[in-house]
Amino acid sequence: MTDTTTTAAAAVSVRGVGKRFPGVVANHDVTLEVRPGTVHALVGENGAGKSTLMKILYGVQKPDEGEILVGGETVHFSSPSDAIKHGIGMVFQHFQLADNLTVLENVVLGAEKLHGIGDAARTEIRRISDAYGFGLDPDELVEDLGVGERQRVEILKVLYRGAKIIILDEPTAVLVPQEVDALFENLRELKSQGNTLLFISHKLDEVRAIADDITVLRRGTTVTSVKPAEVTQHQLAELMVGEELPSPSTAESTVTDREVLEVRDLQVDDAQGRTVLSDINLTIHAGEVLGIAGVEGNGQTELVEAVVGMVRPTRGVVELSDQDVTSWGTRQRRESGVGYIPEDRHRHGLLLDAPLWENRILGHQTRKPSVKGGWVDKAGARIDAQRIVHEYDVRTPGIDTTARALSGGNQQKFIVGREMSGDPKLLIASHPTRGVDVGAQAAIWDHIREARRRGLAVLLISADLDELIGLSDSLKVILRGRIVADYDPQTVTPQQLGAAMTGAKTAGEEA
Amino acid sequence: MKTLQRAGLALAAPVLALVVAGIITSLVLVAAGDDPAAFWETMLAWPENRSLVNIINEASVLYLSGLAAAIGFRMNLFNIGVEGQYRVATFVAAYFAAQAFLPGYLNTVATILVAMLAGAAWAGIAALLRVTRGVSEVISTIMLNAIAVSLVAYLLRKVGSREGQTIVTDTVPQSGWIPGISLFRDSVTDMYGLVFLAVLAGIGFSVLLNRTRFGFDLRATGHSESAAVASGVDVKRMVIYSMLLSGAVAGLIGMPNLFGVSHNYGSTIQTGIGFAGIAVALLGRNHPLGIAAGALIFAYLSEQANPLGILAGISPEIIAVTQGVVVLCVVIAYEVVRRYRNKLEQRAVAEALEAPGPSKEVTA
Amino acid sequence: MTVSAPESSAALVKPTAARSYRIWIYLAVLVIALSTTRIFTGADDITSSGTLRAAVIAAIPIALAGLGGLWSERAGVVNIGLEGMMILGTLGAGYFTYHYGVWVGLLGAAVFGAVGGALHALATVTFGVDHIVSGVAINIIALGVASFLAEALFTGLPGGGPTQSPSLDRPPTISVPGLSGWTESLEDKGWFLVSDLAALLNVVVSQLSLFTLVALVLIFGTGWLLWRTPFGLRLRSCGESPSAAETLGVNVYRYKFVAVTMSGALAGMGGAFLALVASSGYQNGQTGGRGYIGLAAMIFGNWRPTGLLTGSLIFGYTDAARLRSGGESVHALLLILSVALLAIAVWQLVRGARLAAVLAALVGGLGLTWYLRTDTIPGDFTQMTPYVMTLLVLALASQQLRMPAADGQRYRRGEAG
Repeated sequence: MTDTTTTAAAAVSVRGVGKRFPGVVANHDVTLEVRPGTVHALVGENGAGKSTLMKILYGVQKPDEGEILVGGETVHFSSPSDAIKHGIGMVFQHFQLADNLTVLENVVLGAEKLHGIGDAARTEIRRISDAYGFGLDPDELVEDLGVGERQRVEILKVLYRGAKIIILDEPTAVLVPQEVDALFENLRELKSQGNTLLFISHKLDEVRAIADDITVLRRGTTVTSVKPAEVTQHQLAELMVGEELPSPSTAESTVTDREVLEVRDLQVDDAQGRTVLSDINLTIHAGEVLGIAGVEGNGQTELVEAVVGMVRPTRGVVELSDQDVTSWGTRQRRESGVGYIPEDRHRHGLLLDAPLWENRILGHQTRKPSVKGGWVDKAGARIDAQRIVHEYDVRTPGIDTTARALSGGNQQKFIVGREMSGDPKLLIASHPTRGVDVGAQAAIWDHIREARRRGLAVLLISADLDELIGLSDSLKVILRGRIVADYDPQTVTPQQLGAAMTGAKTAGEEA
Repeated sequence: MKTLQRAGLALAAPVLALVVAGIITSLVLVAAGDDPAAFWETMLAWPENRSLVNIINEASVLYLSGLAAAIGFRMNLFNIGVEGQYRVATFVAAYFAAQAFLPGYLNTVATILVAMLAGAAWAGIAALLRVTRGVSEVISTIMLNAIAVSLVAYLLRKVGSREGQTIVTDTVPQSGWIPGISLFRDSVTDMYGLVFLAVLAGIGFSVLLNRTRFGFDLRATGHSESAAVASGVDVKRMVIYSMLLSGAVAGLIGMPNLFGVSHNYGSTIQTGIGFAGIAVALLGRNHPLGIAAGALIFAYLSEQANPLGILAGISPEIIAVTQGVVVLCVVIAYEVVRRYRNKLEQRAVAEALEAPGPSKEVTA
Repeated sequence: MTVSAPESSAALVKPTAARSYRIWIYLAVLVIALSTTRIFTGADDITSSGTLRAAVIAAIPIALAGLGGLWSERAGVVNIGLEGMMILGTLGAGYFTYHYGVWVGLLGAAVFGAVGGALHALATVTFGVDHIVSGVAINIIALGVASFLAEALFTGLPGGGPTQSPSLDRPPTISVPGLSGWTESLEDKGWFLVSDLAALLNVVVSQLSLFTLVALVLIFGTGWLLWRTPFGLRLRSCGESPSAAETLGVNVYRYKFVAVTMSGALAGMGGAFLALVASSGYQNGQTGGRGYIGLAAMIFGNWRPTGLLTGSLIFGYTDAARLRSGGESVHALLLILSVALLAIAVWQLVRGARLAAVLAALVGGLGLTWYLRTDTIPGDFTQMTPYVMTLLVLALASQQLRMPAADGQRYRRGEAG
């Protein structure tokens, strides 16, 4: 692949940058050159190190090694204000906007000295909005704005403060296709007016549509830099995902034909009425692991919440072992044998300020061994908590330790152990080995395989392709709220998966 | 973390609060031109036997009040309406008892149940408003307090009879009276027979909270509502049950006095117990033993402060300042200690598990 | 050319322009309703200038307390301690007015209230204590401090005692000559609507207390300060999205602290008004829950100064009607409320909210029955009026309103919101 360095001073130059966190190497030897007045895309899977690199560029983190140059000068940022002074602005993936305030108020907050907060500011905002075709009304409440408009407010915020180099972190992650088109129009306009854009994404079709240069990041380091014209989507996917094929399980199939979970015509709308999940049909049998592959934010969370009972679907049916549970609450579903490993362990999985043995009871308040009748069986809970700590290698001084004190990985191991207890019939595992070290990850997989042999049905949501391919009996891909592909894990290639997850189409693929 | 260390930290906050409150009280006294030395002399004098009995009686009533508030607090539900619930319940109970539908002690037991029902019902209004209309229970219970005062006054006028300067309900039949327990021969007052009600309630509270599934659900909701919902808890139902329970316990507050001393409900009924109970609950960090300690401390302070006017020329009202400052200091101290304890624990965990070698975690 | 993105389907009432029209319409309906009721029931006092003036005097302490609540909650801190801060204000007013006159009294009240506010700020902002817990603790302290200091400061003074101050000077009042007399005579004629409007005007032009003017300046000044200055924008952002504010360089802690201290000062001034204008001095327990009623008025007013003022006037009016002619006026009010509730029931039915419609119809029907079967309301029940009103207002209004998005949240620097 060709080199992209040019003779003109790069807008941003990253040379040999590395960043380490306790137990994790987020970046090492990252090198890229962003030409001025271009759209430069940075692609990679979840966990490839893109976000950390961006935080370094914006001054939120400091690099452990390497150097960064802006406009040819070496810079050292110790806070976002420094980055702003050098004309760098960042549009975060999670918008920082106050819903109840107007566009004007959100934009001028903290920068009231620039143009005041009245008509001068209004005029300036309108000027920027017109110059780039944002179509924003300064006096509209942010709450009334759609996602695409909110994003444009975030972009306007950085432009208002004089940014010439704009970093966009996964900007299309939350947009529907028409909004993406609108955004790209804006980005092209920004580019034509001399701004430089650094665009982080994993959606390869979009990246090829908008970028002038593409840098691929994998496992914390730069793999290569290419131009879109020089590379096909498959090649890109391959670069992103890597050539290593995880070894699929060669054990005998344990899939029976007894249906444990059936979902029909499921549709879920969010609080604003947007459809986030539609036409979902899936069936999981006893002894089967159904893996759902997909980039985060495509409806997996809503699917999980609908099956667990935390969210009411707008339409559709959920059946557990042929029983219609669509109107059942979470407790009832759990009691009938559903285990749930939540995606957000702090918000949904643990009582952080309670000891570990009490957390054993959480989610299982109506069943043994924690509870007998209406009474909490403290001894039973403690013994079982100890068992889990032992079997799942949870590193903790004891079961009286507060959950908050454990590391994220150990917390996760405990949750997995807890949810696998009590012989569940269906396990909903949402990113079950997130933040867990490799050894423990393998152990958890073994536990799941063992349970599967004994008839457990598993709905597995994950962004880790190794995990999906290694554990699943059948594999579906979710994209923008719909199931778009169905694969056999034994025969699927990483390219096919990557392509389906990112919306590309491969020639002659089996559906 | 070692139990000794844990216990030490748990006590640090209230002890610190008491010390700070003591200092501030002395300062206020000086500012008002009073003599702090005389204050401390009176306060720290060992109570006479008569005062000891009063302290125990007062503490048991405060304890019930603190329990009532704590049930709600454990769930982040602020039942400030204990005062109103207590009034309504005591009035209804006194009226019911005087009717003597049942004989002797059966009447007493039935009356206690009626009191709990009445308190629960009054609290239930706030619960309903919160669950159906989203009205903050803080404001609604405070409003209900004020409404209770007027409502009970009205009903008292209707069913009560004049006795000197006050209006009272009919007297509870003697067969239902609970005799006092004479602790000291030279004491004029006896300990309430129904002090044991407070002990029972405390045990009940502890058992409910720590040993029942309902208690677990309640504490889980107080810890983290999102995790509780994911674990299957129906928050609206919990709000209702919790408020009803809180009101029921509030109904018990007036029982020791009703059956032990006054035997009727009069317009001179003791007021302010509801708020004192909230203070005591906060002081005891909503824990059955802590509340007991808090109740004893507050009762001690109130009782010892009575002769301040005569003995030291200081207005007994100063003790209300002390009590208030103690509460504020203690909640601040608890917060600081909590955060410190979390830090200690994280450090202890990291030390105990010196991660062996380079364990590479999968980046999320 | 841009492709317009799909609109968010959360269609909400655009604040500014459309809203102010609705307010005038509501006001007009209210005045007509009151006037009709007056003619119908013969309870002349419900729209007399005496009652309306008393309504304003009753409303202002509530409004100032509510304004304090507004300052605090707009910055994201719930302030239940307003009652305590108001009590401190009454004490301060009592003491300083007696020794130095009404204006120092007002200032002293503000300072005393601000001390209470600063304590609350210290606990919640600096130490991160739960807002409600801290507020309750402040109330307890304030009660104790006030009763102790009252005894210490006022005993032995002529006319004073352990629970009350001596009789105090009132702040000066102003009247507009000519208009004052003209409106009075017009009012006396008893004509439908015209006399009622005259009575309204009379309140403004005759015997208007200077403290009322100060209060109005504070109320409208707050509106200007919070919505039209950078300071106000930053303060409000702390209550809407402190993390966004932090990412933009706003010192969230500082703004919260200032807001909460200010809220104490305002509640204190409400106390001063209570002690000096509404009463003739300090009295133990004179606040009577107004701190909480102020919060209800703030909620009713959707956390905006003009709405807050409206809410306070409603509360003030019912209180005044009750105080001046007790049973008769409250009886007439019962009619208005019941009819209003029945109207709401119909409206909810049209909207399809059947449960709400049934509840409203039930309560309205009960009220109407009570009205028809009695001639007057017993004293004990009229005492309850402000508190029942508060409950009604909260129950009816709570769900349509929008409080600052980050209100009540414990905020620690550096944590993602």
